Amino acid sequence: MEAGCFDLELELLLEGVYRRYQHDFRHYARASLRRRISAAMDRFNCLTVSQLQDRILHEPEVFNAMLQYFTVQVSEMFRDPSYFLSLREHVIPELQTYPSIKVWVAGCSTGEELWSLAILFRESSLLSRTIFYATDINPASLRIAEQGVYPLERMAAFSRNYRAAGGSGSLSDYYTAAYDGAILGAAFKSQVVFADHSLATDSVFSEVNLVSCRNVLIYFDRTLQDRAVGLFREALVHRGYLGIGMKESLASSAHASAFAEHVRADRIYVKVAS
Amino acid sequence: MTGRAADLPSSLRLAVIGASSGGVAALGEILPLLPARFKLPVVIVVHQPASHRSLLPELFARKCRLPVLEAYDKAPVSAGHIFFSPPDYHLMVETDLTFVLSLDEPVNFSRPSIDVLLESAAHSIGKDVLAIILTGTNSDGAQGLRAVRKAGGVGWVQSPETAQAPTMPRSAIDVAGADAVLTLAGITDNLIRAGCTK
Repeated sequence: MEAGCFDLELELLLEGVYRRYQHDFRHYARASLRRRISAAMDRFNCLTVSQLQDRILHEPEVFNAMLQYFTVQVSEMFRDPSYFLSLREHVIPELQTYPSIKVWVAGCSTGEELWSLAILFRESSLLSRTIFYATDINPASLRIAEQGVYPLERMAAFSRNYRAAGGSGSLSDYYTAAYDGAILGAAFKSQVVFADHSLATDSVFSEVNLVSCRNVLIYFDRTLQDRAVGLFREALVHRGYLGIGMKESLASSAHASAFAEHVRADRIYVKVAS
Repeated sequence: MTGRAADLPSSLRLAVIGASSGGVAALGEILPLLPARFKLPVVIVVHQPASHRSLLPELFARKCRLPVLEAYDKAPVSAGHIFFSPPDYHLMVETDLTFVLSLDEPVNFSRPSIDVLLESAAHSIGKDVLAIILTGTNSDGAQGLRAVRKAGGVGWVQSPETAQAPTMPRSAIDVAGADAVLTLAGITDNLIRAGCTK
């Protein structure tokens, strides 16, 4: 297919989706979006993006299915163990000085990272005075996150990550096995608020001490990255922390001056006066 | 025989290289020979185990005259630089010659996938891409090479009989054909010509 035509049709699709469903993907990074839209075209037997647009605009159930293509749900517990180890060693001690703590897991997807943070906070005796806000735009992902049920066969890899992240117990202390699933989070659920929230269109809803938003910004273009980081900046207390993905950076962000590197190697920043 | 690739379009803006097993050794015969005046950005996907950080940029930075870096999200694809994909991310190139990363599912059991990089380059800058497929044991890269050539870009493949692992170059030739099938020395000579003519 001719590249120019595909891109034009993609722009029209994103504009149509925004007006019809108020979901704003217009500032998603095109290179990764193109691949996923192509995959959706295969799935729905569409030869062009325009054909796919026709179905999305006229069939809400197709739009709902498309959320799985507009967003990426790949996640794992304690992904990049050193990130969690750094939180344990360089962020938790600071947070322990607060009487109550709020953590925003932005773009939480299916919840693996949320539950990893909850375990970390529990092992640091912070859980009972912490509220986690777990937000995403995809209701199906939020449901999975809230259920906290993951395939048992993933637990071996998660356990390796957990130990590398400095876990002080055994990951199996935190889940119960039932059929082929590991049910996580039963002990933590009262501390978590799940909410539909868009970094593209919604505003800040609470003041927080830590934002963890990892491997979400890579799906945004610079404009939307700036908007999202602007929200984090607004939500964070002075000396609040922001953790982003290992291959993401605030270096060229419009808000770069509002953050200082706290643990450079693990992309943990601290909000400073600017 | 090293061979000489046909004349290249003068508009080339990017060289992309894909390799799997045997790739580090093969790249070791190409990258250190690129001269300081080499201007094309070179972007490389080598299949490697997912780990926190790749040693390839450091390894090659010591041997090369050009700066060697790991690609960062939204960073510019700078001229005269060599970039490696970070482990466990797909790497893509945007129309404005910046990098885009993703954690989408592996393609051909690979993340990073050569197909993903090449298809993005084909889509973004089409005929201005030079794609090179080296040694490897699976067929990742074949579809990507086809996309590059279909978009009017140039595709070179290491001759399978000289590759440590012939499957990947053979698949690429079967699926996509090639503008030239070359030894590593041939690839190096032609790449230097392509990158230094400006």
